[in-house]
Amino acid sequence: MSPQSSAGNRARVGPLAGAGSTAPVLDVDALLDDRDTGIIVCCGSGGVGKTTTSAALALRAAERGRKVVVLTIDPARRLAQSMGIEELDNTPRPVPDVAGEGSLDAMMLDMKRTFDEVVESQASPEKAQQILTNPFYVALSSSFAGTQEYMAMEKLGQIHAAARADDTYDLIVVDTPPSRSALDFLDAPERLSRFLDGRFIRLLLAPAKGPAKLMTAGVGLVTNAMTRILGAQVLRDMQTFVAAFDTLFGGFRQRAQKTFELLQADGTAFLVVAAPEPDALREAAYFVERLSEDRMPLAGLVVNRATAPPEGSLSADEAMAAYERLSRREDGADDSPVSRTAGLLRLHADRSRLVERERGLRTRFAAAHPQVPTAVVPALAGDVHDLDGLRDVGHLLSGG
Amino acid sequence: MPTPTRSGAQLHVVTGKGGTGKTTVAAALALALASRGQDVLLCEVEGRQGIARLFDVDPLPYAERRIAVGTGNGEKQGALYGLHIDPESALLEYLAMYYKLGRAGKALDRFGVIEFATTLAPGVRDVLLTGKVYEAAKPGRRGKDVRQYDAVVLDAPPTGRIAQFLGVNSELAGLAKVGPIKSQADQVMKLFRSQRTRIHLVTVLEEMPVQETADGIEELRDHGFPLGSVVVNLVRPQDLGADDLAALTSGDVEPAAVATDLKAAGIEADDALVEGLLAEARDHAVRRALEDSQRELVAQLDVPTVELPRLPGGADLGGLYELAGSLCEQGMA
Repeated sequence: MSPQSSAGNRARVGPLAGAGSTAPVLDVDALLDDRDTGIIVCCGSGGVGKTTTSAALALRAAERGRKVVVLTIDPARRLAQSMGIEELDNTPRPVPDVAGEGSLDAMMLDMKRTFDEVVESQASPEKAQQILTNPFYVALSSSFAGTQEYMAMEKLGQIHAAARADDTYDLIVVDTPPSRSALDFLDAPERLSRFLDGRFIRLLLAPAKGPAKLMTAGVGLVTNAMTRILGAQVLRDMQTFVAAFDTLFGGFRQRAQKTFELLQADGTAFLVVAAPEPDALREAAYFVERLSEDRMPLAGLVVNRATAPPEGSLSADEAMAAYERLSRREDGADDSPVSRTAGLLRLHADRSRLVERERGLRTRFAAAHPQVPTAVVPALAGDVHDLDGLRDVGHLLSGG
Repeated sequence: MPTPTRSGAQLHVVTGKGGTGKTTVAAALALALASRGQDVLLCEVEGRQGIARLFDVDPLPYAERRIAVGTGNGEKQGALYGLHIDPESALLEYLAMYYKLGRAGKALDRFGVIEFATTLAPGVRDVLLTGKVYEAAKPGRRGKDVRQYDAVVLDAPPTGRIAQFLGVNSELAGLAKVGPIKSQADQVMKLFRSQRTRIHLVTVLEEMPVQETADGIEELRDHGFPLGSVVVNLVRPQDLGADDLAALTSGDVEPAAVATDLKAAGIEADDALVEGLLAEARDHAVRRALEDSQRELVAQLDVPTVELPRLPGGADLGGLYELAGSLCEQGMA
C-alpha cells in the first residue's frame, strides 16, 4: 500500500486500499522452523477446526525436528485417538510414531485439577483443605464459565517455566478455549487484576478482618442488599471462601500478568483460525484488531474448510442456464441420462457460487486487514482419524 | 398442545456445535412460528448481535424490538420480536423488579458488584440470562414495552455447554438453601423441565458435530430436559440420485454421453470441461456417502429430525424465509 494514501486513513486502512489485492501468503513451515518461535497460540471462534489445526501444526513441527508439546482444551476423543492416546489428561503424554529427530507430547487442560494443584501448592495443607471443600470453590473450579480461561493461562505459564528449566520443549502449541467471546482468553489476567484490586473484594473481606476503614454507609447498604438477595448463608460461605483465598490471589495475579507478558514477547506467534463464513471471519477480524491493540504478535490467518475451486471456465450462470434448458427438455422423464447431466451442471453452479462467495468474504477481510498473511486450507472430505490424517492437514496448512 | 398464552409461552431452546448455524436455525424457527400466526420473541444471550445481522436491523438493545413478520399464508401474520439479553442489564432489571433496589442498585454498581456478579461470580451470568428468558416466557407479563408471546425462541449457548447452562439454577438452588434466590431458581428449573420447553439440537452431517449431538442428547436426557428435534443443517444439494452417485463412483459414466447432453444444452464441451464436471461430481459423491453414514447415526438418536439445505448464497433475509418455509413443511412449526 502506498504511504501517501489519502488523508484521514491513518488509524485504519480504508476498504478501498486493498480491493482486488490478495493477502500475503502465510509461510507455516518458516514459522515452525524458526527456533525463536517458542509459543504458538491458535485462536478463533468455535467450530472452525482450531483443535485439529493445533494438533496438525504441532505434529508437523515435531517431524521437522522441534521438541513440541500441544496443550488442547477440549479435544474430541477421536482426535486424542488419532494421536495414539486413548484419553488426554492434565499431564503431557508422548505421542508415539512421530517421525524424525523431534518429539511430540500432548495434553488436555483439566481445569479443576489445575486449580486444585495451584491451591495445594500455594496454601498450607490445613488452609488448602478449607478452600477445597468450600462450596463456592467447588462451584467455581469445576463447572462455571470463565474459569477455563484463567486455568489455560495458568497451565501455559507452568509448562513454559518447566520447559525452560529442564529444556523439555522448545515449542508449545496452545489451543484456546471455545469461548463465547474469543477475547475472554486475553481478558483473563486483566479481569482478575481488576477484580482483586476492586472494592468489592475488600468489602467482602472487611467483616473477616475486623473494623476496617472502608466501612461507610454504602457498605451497609450493599451487604444488606446482598443478604436480602442471596440469603445470609450464601454470603457467609462467600466471605469464608474469599478470606481463605485471599493469600492465594496475589500469586494468581502475578502469574497471570507474567503469562500475559509472555504472550506479548517476540517468541510468541498468534494464529487466528477461521472458516470462510461471515461470522467466523468477523470474529477473526475482531481478534486481529484486538491482538494489535494489546501488542500481541500476530503471525497470520488460517482459513479452514475452504471449498476447492472447480476446474474449467464454465461460470455458475452459464451452468444454471444450461441446467434450465436441459430440465425443460426432459419434462418429467426421471432417471434418464439427461437428468444426470443436469445434476452435474447444477452441482457445478452450486460449487462455483460457494467458491465465489468465499473468495468475496476473504477479499473483504484482506481489504480491511491487508497486512495479515493468510493460509487457505481446503475442506477435507472426512474427519481426521490418525497421524497420517494430521500429517495431511499439516501438509495443506503449509500450502502443499 | 396447551393454549400457550394462558399458561405462558412455548419455549424453544436452540443449541448446536459452533459453526453448525445455530443462530440461523433459531431465526428460521422463529420466523416459521410467526408464519403460523404466532407472536414470537427471539432471544440471544452470547453478545454477538447475530440476530441483528441476520435480519439486517440495527444492533438490538436490552428491549423487545419488532424485527420481522411471518409470511402468514393468507391467515394471521404473527410478529417477530428480537431481544438481546446481556447480564449487566438483566441484573439491574432484576434488582429493580424484585427488590425495588433503586439506590442500592447504584451502590452495588459503584462497589464493582455488578461487574463481579456478571463476569466472575460463579454462574451468576447464566443465572441472569436464564432468569430473563424465564421472565419473557412466563404468563401474565405486565409492564412497559413487554407483551405476552405465544412462543419464545432462545439462541442458546453451544451443545457442549447447554446442560450446564440450563441446569445452572439447580446448582444455585443447591448453594442457596433458602431465600428468594432459591424459589426463583426452582421456578426456572420447573419451566425448563416442563412440557412448555423443547430443546432442539442443530448439527451438520459430519462426524464431530454428530458425536457432540449424541453426547448432548444423552446429557440432556440425564438431566431430565425435554428434547425437541434434531435439525440437520447445511445439507448438500440432492440433485444427483443414489444411482447417479454409484455410477460416478464406479466410473460407469460415459464422458461422451455427458458431452452430447451439454451440447444439446448449448455448451460446447471439450474433454477438460467434461472431466472437470465428473471430477467434481465424484468428490461430491464421496461427501454424500459420508453424509449418508452420519444420517444413519442421527436416525438412531431417537429424536424427530428435520433437514435444511445449504444455501449457496448464504443465509440472508430471503434465505431465512426459505428455511422457515422448509421448517413449516416438515412440521416443526
